[in-house]
Amino acid sequence: MTTAAVGARRIDVGKLLPQLIAPVAALVIAAAISSIALLISDKDPLTAFQHMYEFGTQPDQKVEILNKASELYIAAVAVAFGFKMGLFNIGVEGQSKVAAFFAGALASASFMDWMPGGLRIVLIVVVAMIVGAAWASIAALLKTQRGVSEVISTLMLNAIGGLVVTWLLNDHWGVTEPGAQIKTTGILPEDSWMPGLPIVSGTEQKVLGFFAIAVVLGAAYWFVINRTRFGFDLRATGYNPFAAVASGVNAKRMVITAMLISGAVAGLVNLPRMLGESHTYTEGFGGIGFTGIAVALLGRNHPIGMALGAILWGFLASSQIILDLDGIPKEIILIMQGVTVLSVVIAYELAARIGRRAQQRRVGVATAAAAPAAAEVVEESK
Amino acid sequence: MKVLAAAAVAIVALGSMAACGDDKGDTPGTASSGATKKSVKVGLAFDIGGRGDKSFNDSAATGLDRVKSELNLEVKDLAAVAGESENDKYARLKLLCTTGYNPVIAVGFVYDGADAKNGPLARAAKDCPNTKFAIVDGGTTADNVADLVFAEEQGSFLVGAAAALKSKTGTVGFIGGCQVDLIKKFEAGFTAGAKAAKADVKVLTNYLSTPAEACKGFNDPAGGKTAATGMYDQKADIIYAAAGGSGTGVFEAAKAKNALAIGVDSDQYNTVTDASLKTVIMTSMLKRVDNAVFNFVKDFGEDKFKAGPTVFDLKTDGVGYSTSGGQVDDIKDKLDKFKADIVAGTITVPTK
Repeated sequence: MTTAAVGARRIDVGKLLPQLIAPVAALVIAAAISSIALLISDKDPLTAFQHMYEFGTQPDQKVEILNKASELYIAAVAVAFGFKMGLFNIGVEGQSKVAAFFAGALASASFMDWMPGGLRIVLIVVVAMIVGAAWASIAALLKTQRGVSEVISTLMLNAIGGLVVTWLLNDHWGVTEPGAQIKTTGILPEDSWMPGLPIVSGTEQKVLGFFAIAVVLGAAYWFVINRTRFGFDLRATGYNPFAAVASGVNAKRMVITAMLISGAVAGLVNLPRMLGESHTYTEGFGGIGFTGIAVALLGRNHPIGMALGAILWGFLASSQIILDLDGIPKEIILIMQGVTVLSVVIAYELAARIGRRAQQRRVGVATAAAAPAAAEVVEESK
Repeated sequence: MKVLAAAAVAIVALGSMAACGDDKGDTPGTASSGATKKSVKVGLAFDIGGRGDKSFNDSAATGLDRVKSELNLEVKDLAAVAGESENDKYARLKLLCTTGYNPVIAVGFVYDGADAKNGPLARAAKDCPNTKFAIVDGGTTADNVADLVFAEEQGSFLVGAAAALKSKTGTVGFIGGCQVDLIKKFEAGFTAGAKAAKADVKVLTNYLSTPAEACKGFNDPAGGKTAATGMYDQKADIIYAAAGGSGTGVFEAAKAKNALAIGVDSDQYNTVTDASLKTVIMTSMLKRVDNAVFNFVKDFGEDKFKAGPTVFDLKTDGVGYSTSGGQVDDIKDKLDKFKADIVAGTITVPTK
């Protein structure tokens, strides 16, 4: 009886099915609401979606979608490491900016000229991770030592980080390339431009080399969360912090470790473009850290789910250009993105409730059947 | 609960990005058919802000509209969105050139990218070697790219002189939209002009944003209003707003403080939406992006395309000052004297 109950819970179709239907339903709702917005502005939704699809499946656009997805995915993984234990790192934006800036500035400093290109790429990656973790550690320490909510501190540190970078770039280390107006940390020597991956056929454009690192990162994330003691503690703390502490998890250490990992991953967010596209840190970087939160939500912190979310987001963001060419307000994409996130969150919550209710009903039936039997046992013992 | 909070943050972040983007989604009549239209299709890519900023982008839009009506060509304009990558800008230019638009005009230095040799325009120009490109305010060099640049410091010199001559307090102000070399040119010219007209004039300066904030100061009327109010409180009585769409905020502050302001790029006396603000706009520094765009297309049609920089200055009326409203009529002689001196080369206006 008991073993059967456990077995039934392991592959509980009644609980799993709503979880799978939820994202699909959310997408349908998002498409429906966007269609209404399109109809209001006198545009044919079907034509719009068709053009988006045709444009998005062109080889060049596939490359850009994967490029966007790579950076979004990294940001989402950074956020997810915190989410898994109920820690809300909205500082990925600031961490990624500070990290990329210092890594870029160091790598293109004149005293680094001797360094061979490959080594320089490694240096950039390592420095970015260290700086990202260091910036995140401020929020972690504030939380563990002074009880400051990480939501507040990471958000504030975004602003501080952005301004520190601005100040250093504008007044100290920034250079402007001939013909350009934008301040940069200096163009990296050509031997440290990360080569692209020719994985999309039909175009000469290559996917940013960091795509491969994003894939590896996803696998590492899955492994750490599901196959390590640390990952178990992380999830346990997320499910029930009090129970986790009671069973011997060191809460403070968990907060610090999770924040450091989250920050280190955040440090990588701007590197795909920095190593493979602009070849420098420019003032135009930013925004991905916030979008990463949305992608983590879309993918429910699941390594595959977030990958799908990142690709969907990349597709939507790339489609703006073609809508503009068709004279369709490209703000429709922002509506679609916002509605998608909201409906996914709501759909998952509903799915979880339906699943829980089904489970309760089953448990209720089971215990109701068991109760008279138990009463008999009591009677007999008397 | 946290998940919902996270969703809220994500939505807010999206919303703020949307707010930075242009709100004028309507692209005027797609002009798909029209038997009289010639086969030349002119494509134009705006900077962030797009049509409706009443300043820089709108000046380019005016030029494009003239191309459409006077040269009877099919035109198409697309606009950048906040938070997009360099590759998105490249994709926009490439979409225009691969769908048959030639020439293609990129409006704003953002299309140069960080590294003008490998930036969005440089890459698109390489991919579409048979398309002629132009970039307003840019510095990309290629055989099929024309750089349309302006001597903004010369026009700014004249309005600086006008401000100094008209100021009763002896203090004038400069508000720049973004702290980049391009806008510093405006400041340098304005200051030089003010000092030339009245040596002891005091010039206050303020920039609304840096490129790290995606130059949001070009589209931040509230920020412009706050900065201008501060300057008027410091005894300035005329402020030059070299800040694109933020200028509206400066005009509102001027009205509230019963002071004056100077517009930029377009003749803002005529373009400002709120007619009650007209009285505070003493003059505008004209940067004739419209002429540059129109002439570029016209020259293209006459096979007179010229790669490399074309400078639009006082001599060619590429820059200047506006007289709408008549507030500078009494000092027009003095201003025209300065203008003649600059054109003749007796006055050299600094650029930084």
